[in-house]
Amino acid sequence: MNKIAAIALNTFRESIRDRIFYSLLFFAVVLLAFSMVLGNLTLAEPVKIIKDFGLGSISIVGTLIAIFVGIGMVYKEMEKKTIYVILSKPIARWQFLIGKYCGLSITIIIEVVVMTVLLFVLCYQYVPQIPFTLFYAIVPIYFELQLILAVAFLFSTFSTSFLSGMFTLSIFIIGHLTKDLKMLAQSGDDIVFQKFANGLYYVFPNLENLNFKARVVHNLGISLPEILFSLLYSALYTAVILILAIFIFERRDIP
Amino acid sequence: MQAIKIKNLRKSFGTGWGKRVAVLKDLSLEIKENEIFGYLGANGAGKTTTFKLILGLIHPDQGEVSFWGRPASDFKSRSLLGYLPENPYFYSYLTAGESLDFYASLFDIDAKTKKERIDELLGLVGLEHARDLQLRKFSRGMLQRVGIAQALINDPKLLILDEPMSGLDPMGRKNMRDIILKCREQGKTIIFSTHIISDVETVCDRASILVKGELKQIIDIEDILESEDNIWEIICQAKHFEIPQMLEKEKTEVSDKDAFIHDIDKTVSGNRILLTTSSKNTAYLLMDEVQKQNLNLISFGPRRKNLEEIYIKSTGQADQKGQKESAR
Repeated sequence: MNKIAAIALNTFRESIRDRIFYSLLFFAVVLLAFSMVLGNLTLAEPVKIIKDFGLGSISIVGTLIAIFVGIGMVYKEMEKKTIYVILSKPIARWQFLIGKYCGLSITIIIEVVVMTVLLFVLCYQYVPQIPFTLFYAIVPIYFELQLILAVAFLFSTFSTSFLSGMFTLSIFIIGHLTKDLKMLAQSGDDIVFQKFANGLYYVFPNLENLNFKARVVHNLGISLPEILFSLLYSALYTAVILILAIFIFERRDIP
Repeated sequence: MQAIKIKNLRKSFGTGWGKRVAVLKDLSLEIKENEIFGYLGANGAGKTTTFKLILGLIHPDQGEVSFWGRPASDFKSRSLLGYLPENPYFYSYLTAGESLDFYASLFDIDAKTKKERIDELLGLVGLEHARDLQLRKFSRGMLQRVGIAQALINDPKLLILDEPMSGLDPMGRKNMRDIILKCREQGKTIIFSTHIISDVETVCDRASILVKGELKQIIDIEDILESEDNIWEIICQAKHFEIPQMLEKEKTEVSDKDAFIHDIDKTVSGNRILLTTSSKNTAYLLMDEVQKQNLNLISFGPRRKNLEEIYIKSTGQADQKGQKESAR
């Protein structure tokens, strides 16, 4: 456990010293500031616009961080040859991978926490009460980011950073579209398209399951079991992807 | 007792389109406890591949490796060893102290011992002054010293050093040699790869020569030192020296077994010529010729055969064999 913690701490230290992290965090703050401008331009309640835009920003910037830091997780270690010294110590490869994953998870927590606090402060300026209901959207966003990170991590164990980034981004996009695609296919008569859409739906993670943003912003009812089910779905998916990544990494040569 | 036992180790790498190239061919080797073992070989001979197989970084096609009877495939057995890779790379944003602390935390070492070890090792490699400096500001030689410090962080029984002298200045090389010898005094076993043959002669007990993935020879350094197998050297001042026709003629006709004439080697450097041969008779024939050609003799005499000659002969024979095979 200590070894995993050591790798995690080191990975966290590395990622928060990375300029990409700060650039993206700065980008997130700019987005939040922009939501304020947008809120003032609209005829509707400005706070709803801020919440909507703010949650979207947490999700997008978090996804970019998960992809950018996740894809380099293993490949960069091999490219920079730092992995040789680590794996020559009595540490199992799965411990190394889990440590790296945990370190980046902490980085993502930092991003989500910083942005959540900013969003809350912003909302408080318009409606002087803490919008705790936003957590119904933020916690699933965090779980989605963990899943995206796991996907980036999986590709990183056998592919270059560029390809891993492309693959992960594709899965992020497909994951948000499969539900709509399935519904679209069912409304038509094309059996081949229906099978294709079904295939995509069942193979790729359904990321829309974790999207509660609109319902939270517009105060539409969300039941706790529904959220818990989505979180469990995401956690299981993440676990399976991590196990697959470990399976691949255990067997590969470190050239 | 054997520290490392390598049995029939074989490794090949894919080169695309289903083709594979054998990098290591049935390597079997045993390294005794508390010896310093030199692992010699040209670039691409398979030295680093052997180390990576020992460390479990790559998986063998066949064969096995064990340390004191424990299989290398068990990651816990790596607690017995320390490894310095060739041109070591570390996390550049960490300081030397943080770096050693991080590597120490990958072992089951308590906090007090960890602190003591870090202080001791920074002193040993002469980096106390650079303790709080980020590694990105380090020179190559300094990184090599961090490398040896991290390899010793767990007080290992076995040290595996891949080209430990590379990137070091003469003083740094001497320090590295001293560290290696000190480690042997402490009872450690050391295996290191190098191109620098004199380093092997200076510190090693035994050395092996690896040529194109095949182990050609294991040499006891003591045997070389005590050997009466001499090389004859003639150095004379001249720009040209013709090897006598008689020797040249016979050179082409004699069989490979006849070392009498086959071993003449001529090196021209400016207005100096160096002639070497392993045969006393040939040496005297050459001396006659030097006198006949009225050349200015600088020196003439026997010299002890060194590891370099054995190494060159070993690799040279392998090259000739390879050329013959490819000609067929």
